[in-house]
Amino acid sequence: MSFLELQNITKIYPNGTKAVNETSLNIDNGEFVVFVGPSGCGKSTLLRMIAGLEDITSGEISLDGNIINNIDPSERDVAMVFQNYALYPHMSVFNNMSYGLKNRGISKDEIKNKVNDVAKLLEIDQLLIRKPSVLSGGQRQRVAMGRAIVRNPKIFLFDEPLSNLDAKLRNQMRLEIKKLQRQMGVTSIFVTHDQTEAMTLGDRIVVINNGVVEQVGTPKEIYSKPNTKFVAEFIGSPQMNLFQCKIENGFAKISDMQINLNNSLNIQDACIGVRPDDILISDQGEYSSSANLVEYLGSDMIIYSSVGGQEFSCKLSSKINLKAGDNFKFNISPSVLHIFDNTSGQRV
Amino acid sequence: MKKVQFKSSYSQYIFLAPQLLILLIFLYWPIIQTFRDAFTIQDAFGFGSYFAGFDNFLFVFSDPSYYTAFKFTIIYSFVITLITGSIGLLLAVQANKVLHGKNVYKTLLIWPYAIAPAVVGVMANYFFSERYGLLHHLFNNLWGFNWYEDVFDAYIYVIIAGSWKQISANFIFFLAGLQAIQKTVIEASIIDCKSNIRRFWTITFPLLMPTTFFLIIINITYAFFDTFGIIDTTTIGAPGSETKTLVYKAYIDGFKGLDLGSAGAQSILMMIIVLIITIFQFRYIEGKIHYN
Repeated sequence: MSFLELQNITKIYPNGTKAVNETSLNIDNGEFVVFVGPSGCGKSTLLRMIAGLEDITSGEISLDGNIINNIDPSERDVAMVFQNYALYPHMSVFNNMSYGLKNRGISKDEIKNKVNDVAKLLEIDQLLIRKPSVLSGGQRQRVAMGRAIVRNPKIFLFDEPLSNLDAKLRNQMRLEIKKLQRQMGVTSIFVTHDQTEAMTLGDRIVVINNGVVEQVGTPKEIYSKPNTKFVAEFIGSPQMNLFQCKIENGFAKISDMQINLNNSLNIQDACIGVRPDDILISDQGEYSSSANLVEYLGSDMIIYSSVGGQEFSCKLSSKINLKAGDNFKFNISPSVLHIFDNTSGQRV
Repeated sequence: MKKVQFKSSYSQYIFLAPQLLILLIFLYWPIIQTFRDAFTIQDAFGFGSYFAGFDNFLFVFSDPSYYTAFKFTIIYSFVITLITGSIGLLLAVQANKVLHGKNVYKTLLIWPYAIAPAVVGVMANYFFSERYGLLHHLFNNLWGFNWYEDVFDAYIYVIIAGSWKQISANFIFFLAGLQAIQKTVIEASIIDCKSNIRRFWTITFPLLMPTTFFLIIINITYAFFDTFGIIDTTTIGAPGSETKTLVYKAYIDGFKGLDLGSAGAQSILMMIIVLIITIFQFRYIEGKIHYN
């Protein structure tokens, strides 16, 4: 039996919106799982149901062997970090961190020790007497984390905690969260719409779309073998190129370009996907096109081009000399292709 | 924004004139008049007046009914502030929790605010009428209610009449205050604290302090000044002068008793009282409030 089990979880709001649909998921003890998906896909709702902030329409959630559907949020032994930190504005940092402990009847000395330890760990021990209003975004973030850590819960729930920080701080906090989680070994669920965060943080990623889990897997699995067209497009930056095509006897026809798939597939309405960095540009290339636009990113560059009216991009080393308007030749190896059936959206 | 420049040097005065006239006629002139009245003694028929120094003030201080009105006003404003504040808060917290028909509750609870004090007084009159008053009968059955003679009963009468409308004002501001609290802060506290009541007193209420402070001032000002219409349509100060507020007494003495000197002196004393209360509130209460 897994540490956290979601069984056929469904959430229907009073106005009839189905936010989460028959979702089942098992999470092991100590695992760092990331829920990722576009906004409004139901990932936060799912997290909030685990926290107890949202009623569960149907299904069962069990944590550490106990069904927690009807257990009060404060007694589920979960701690949550919110997007806007949700610190208590009228309390000092110390009181913010100790509030949850105090309400659980822990002795004053013990609270003091715990808060001091965690404050040191997060390097906020100088801020304990301050009010949240005088803290910077990064400091507030740390206090919010501290408030969760000090409780020593069974599970951490992060609801997009990094999206209010600037890019540099976000990367720094991301690393820190990952390090802390490894260090403490507490099961964590992290909700984000940012696929980079998902890829870098998660032991496993749960890709959610329209209230349905599209795929669960390690970052590598998700990236290299996306189960659905949605996952293929959502994970990876720049986005995977998708070509609408017809597959006949193992040949994909994209207008006048033909790719040999080395199989005997026949699909009327198909879609083949190639990651931008899987397109190999070389003078011996089988196919040719011209660069419409070149984006220079330092070590890499991205070339935007099109074939038969379908746009695509390739990512390559910026050492190659290629300007907008230039013609280039390229190869696509059948082994890097992702083939999807357009009618079902599933991988073939 | 672009600055508008006027060529003529007096056109700005023409634009200001209507507002200034209103201030002059309805604010500054009466204030000056009040000061003049306070320091002169005028005979009742308006035939003559003479400068009296502090005689009017000394007269007010020697008048036992002034102390009665003072005592009543303090008790009245304290009780009204407490009652309207707590009931308004209770209703706001409950209405904030309602999921279905929230707007219906809100509208119904806000309505009384739109009713003029004098009309509230007339309505209270029906409730406390000896013949067909619901509340009169209820209280009469409980302990023998008679507001004409019993001071305590008269207090109950004017307090109920004075509170009802003001509960709406408190409700509106508390509801707005509750809705201004970040939802996630409340959610964080739900995870941190099981007890609803404890959560309310440790999180919600402290975050409502700016609203509460504002309402304390509003309620005291209301009880001091705006209850005039209510007193005038309910007890008219009875029994004796026990339920006269300071404003009501100044009005009765000045316009019914035609003692403008005493009324002027009372007005100035009231101004000083309000000044002291305001200073006290800002000094001692506001310092303890957290503004976001």
